[in-house]
Amino acid sequence: MTAIAVISIFVLAVFVGFEVVSKVSSTLHTPLMSGANAIHGVILVGAIIVADKAANNLELGLAIAAIILATINVVGGFVVTDRMLEMFKPKKGGEQK
Amino acid sequence: MSNFVYDLIGLGAGVLFILALKGLSHPKTARRGNLLGAAGATVAIVMVFFHLEAHKNLGWILGALAVGLAIGVPAARKVQMTNMPQLVALFNGVGGGAAALVAIVEYLNLGNGATTAQVIFTVFTVVVGCVSFSGSIITFLKLQELMTTRPVVFPGGRFVIAANLIAVLGVSVWVVQALGTNPLLILAALSLLFGILFVLPVGGADVPIVISLLNAFTGLTVAASGYVLDSTLLIIAGTLVGASGTILTRLMAEAMGRSLFGTLFGAFTAKPQSVAAAGEERPVKSGSPEDVAILLNYARRVVIVPGFGLAVAQAQHTVREMADLLISKGIEVAYGIHPVAGRMPGHMNVLLAEANVPYEQLSEMEDVNPTFGQTDVAIVIGANDVVNPAAENTPGCPIYGMPILKVSDAANIIFLKRSMRPGFAGIENELLYDPKTTLLFGDAKASLTKVVSALKGL
Repeated sequence: MTAIAVISIFVLAVFVGFEVVSKVSSTLHTPLMSGANAIHGVILVGAIIVADKAANNLELGLAIAAIILATINVVGGFVVTDRMLEMFKPKKGGEQK
Repeated sequence: MSNFVYDLIGLGAGVLFILALKGLSHPKTARRGNLLGAAGATVAIVMVFFHLEAHKNLGWILGALAVGLAIGVPAARKVQMTNMPQLVALFNGVGGGAAALVAIVEYLNLGNGATTAQVIFTVFTVVVGCVSFSGSIITFLKLQELMTTRPVVFPGGRFVIAANLIAVLGVSVWVVQALGTNPLLILAALSLLFGILFVLPVGGADVPIVISLLNAFTGLTVAASGYVLDSTLLIIAGTLVGASGTILTRLMAEAMGRSLFGTLFGAFTAKPQSVAAAGEERPVKSGSPEDVAILLNYARRVVIVPGFGLAVAQAQHTVREMADLLISKGIEVAYGIHPVAGRMPGHMNVLLAEANVPYEQLSEMEDVNPTFGQTDVAIVIGANDVVNPAAENTPGCPIYGMPILKVSDAANIIFLKRSMRPGFAGIENELLYDPKTTLLFGDAKASLTKVVSALKGL
């Protein structure tokens, strides 16, 4: 990737990130943080890539540890966010805000 | 799979993450948003297996995935809603740790062909990933109350932190130039230390803001890893989390009436508090469950103010039972929810929704505050800091400036408390000594159960 391509992706993603969460009710702060937290768990992709290329046991061991940690982050993150959001399930008589 | 197709699918996963964050910003679409995010992550993880070049260690990789699943899923499913904020902190920490480990392996692999930019981004990831890891562990310990929730400040603390920061920066430059393993380990250790020192001075009530900030940090490390690993997806996902996390941190700080700067460095500038000075000596009015039941029974309007004590006691079902009983007696009942009641914004909404409290009974602070004047009884269940008038009238105290629920405007105030112990922020609450306040000591659930049976007898 050329430097300008990387910088472009970065700058545009910053603006998208700012824009999508600029107005959010305080009720949703925690689930939103938890969801974003789960998204950065995709570092798992990076962990798998380095584990695949690992040249020796030290590198493999570190990469394996990274895979375990990242899996906990991504899977646990989405599951716990879903549990938090159960309160927004439509229910009888309850007006959704 | 060709690189083009791989990158295209990566872009698709990135779009799913954008839709996820967008969805999570609105109550109606929040659940779907989260599922879209999970779908994006699944796509990204499945795709990477088709893209691997070496095809070594596949057994190890799948084994490690299984271990991660076996730990992460039960932890997330079984955690009680009370302890959910700590779990989010832990998940953030392990994510930062994973990013740091990936960067360390990358660094070992860089060799002579690496560009300066690659080395710099790798070192950046090691530093920030380590800070996020150790910082999140400290926030976990604080929220779990395994350590004091008060700001930890020691003499000369700010100089130690400054020296630590300078050391991190200095060693970073050294590592970038020298490309050695030992300097990198020193750097990782210094960064871990910095994460600890950085979070220790933060007071209990501000911990969620710090978690959000560390979350944004971890996002940036993922973006930097994406550059080094040549993965567009990681750059997009990491940058999204970094940017939205930064905004979210600011929004959370605003909801609590704090500046981000004050949150992080407040403990160094604030005067030491004379915590609970002579507080225990003053008279308080404590009542029996029957007294409380009588007060409630003859009220026309009751506002319930839940706090962390309600969560700890798992009293959400009992409080709903009490509210239903009052409503059946023709009494108007509302819940006054402070944005940061509990340990995190929205914590109380989650708990009360679990007990099937109708959504329309939950009032946000701005809506409920003007109504306290017409309220006969405000019943504060396990909350303290969010109703503490010190936030309005005691400049220099740790929560000064935080908007509060103005229960003092109600005709009567009932506090259900375990003890006279001050709240999470560690500040004495003047309201406890107010003549119109009645205190009912004990576990919130046990107390409420007694109040409910007393109410039934009236």
